Amino acid sequence: MIGILNYGTGNIKAFSNIYKSFGISIRIIEEKNDLEGVSKIVLPGVGSFDRVLEKLRSAAFFNLLEDLVLNKEIPILGICVGMQIMAQRSDEGVCKGLGWIGGEVHHLSKLKTNKQIPHMGWNQINFSEKNELFSGIKNFDNFYFLHSYFFQPTYESDSVAKCCHSENFCVAVNRKNIYGVQFHPEKSHQNGIQLLKNFAIL
Amino acid sequence: MLRPRIIPCLLLQDEGLVKTINFKNPTYIGDPLNAIKIFNEKNADEIIILDIDVSKANKQPNFGLIEKFSLDCRMPICYGGGVRTLSDALRIIEMGIEKISLNSAAFKSPSLISSIAREVGTQSVVVSIDVDVVKGEYCIFSENNYQLRGQKNLIEHIKKVVDLGAGELLINSVHKDGLMSGYDLELSMMVRSEVNCPITFLGGAGSFSNLEDLIRSCGVVGAAAGSIFVYKGEFKAVLISYPSQEDRDSLAKKAYLTQMD
Repeated sequence: MIGILNYGTGNIKAFSNIYKSFGISIRIIEEKNDLEGVSKIVLPGVGSFDRVLEKLRSAAFFNLLEDLVLNKEIPILGICVGMQIMAQRSDEGVCKGLGWIGGEVHHLSKLKTNKQIPHMGWNQINFSEKNELFSGIKNFDNFYFLHSYFFQPTYESDSVAKCCHSENFCVAVNRKNIYGVQFHPEKSHQNGIQLLKNFAIL
Repeated sequence: MLRPRIIPCLLLQDEGLVKTINFKNPTYIGDPLNAIKIFNEKNADEIIILDIDVSKANKQPNFGLIEKFSLDCRMPICYGGGVRTLSDALRIIEMGIEKISLNSAAFKSPSLISSIAREVGTQSVVVSIDVDVVKGEYCIFSENNYQLRGQKNLIEHIKKVVDLGAGELLINSVHKDGLMSGYDLELSMMVRSEVNCPITFLGGAGSFSNLEDLIRSCGVVGAAAGSIFVYKGEFKAVLISYPSQEDRDSLAKKAYLTQMD
């Protein structure tokens, strides 16, 4: 049973429709009790860092969520800002991040780049070692990106995929049961669907 | 590397899809939900949906219909038309629409650009600018009026909206709309050289080679079009089409040959 967190931001329906189309059971998580029996969690996130964090922290299920993720090690996949809030802090806001994965979120202008910001459109991801999240996905396959900030993990080993926008930067993280992707798998046609399938069958 | 985006642009009027020429004489094309479904099946890069009546008619966006757009759509959607308040924008984004486009708001209430950008991030805020050519001068057309005249004022306005929080510009050529005779490349290159945010150009595409011309001139931009994706043949039969992955790969290669990036 995949729990899709509904805390007032993020494209809940897109994820639930994709999973339903494979016959994978999903539950929309709004209350604490909704987390009962959930084996994996999707954490969507659209909006600014502070706004998304405030909404998540004030959700009825938040404390139990942290317990499940940090202590029970239930696999969780953060999407876009849902991944960024897992960091310790962000240039975009003042709120303290969840700190689930060591690292900071910076504005793309921090890269040595004269490229367009926001990073908007289809771009190739690259990985040196293939994480199980990318099973069936080829190195340099394209995903849809829509962001102005990026996650810089403290430990290089937590970065599992990069993307080049003038220079390479981290676009996917994984530490134990915690996964995050900067791009939008729910809006990346077949490649995105494959990734979401992979998460479901981890 | 980031790829140029090839974007079908659908115009809505009373829940139906329409096509215009120079922004006039809307002709009914078909059902928008069906069109979105087909573009989705063709793995379109993203899609723009503009409701051409709501702003003029002082109506609210058709939230019920907008919600249906994102249901089975596996590509990003930009919606524009009648977004007047922060709560309009948030409501639409929460339905699963990736970007909202503001047009008349840029003149009526420019601070709306900033307040939406603060809440959802600049990446989800598009400012759409309708550009016409009148007596040889570029003019911005908004609210049934020419708001600004002259290239200098156009550039100033573009820079102003980017400063306010626009993450993307949608430059729509009124003078080329529906004519299928090519984009206004001069306008496109001029805008491209002035700002470094994502830009999408719309108006005039009549063939795949027009898309190539735009991308060869401007590099990694959004090439939006209506007519070439909904019409077929000289008699303009309604037929939804979209370039294959192979064709889009060749467009991407052309983008990297420019000096624009």
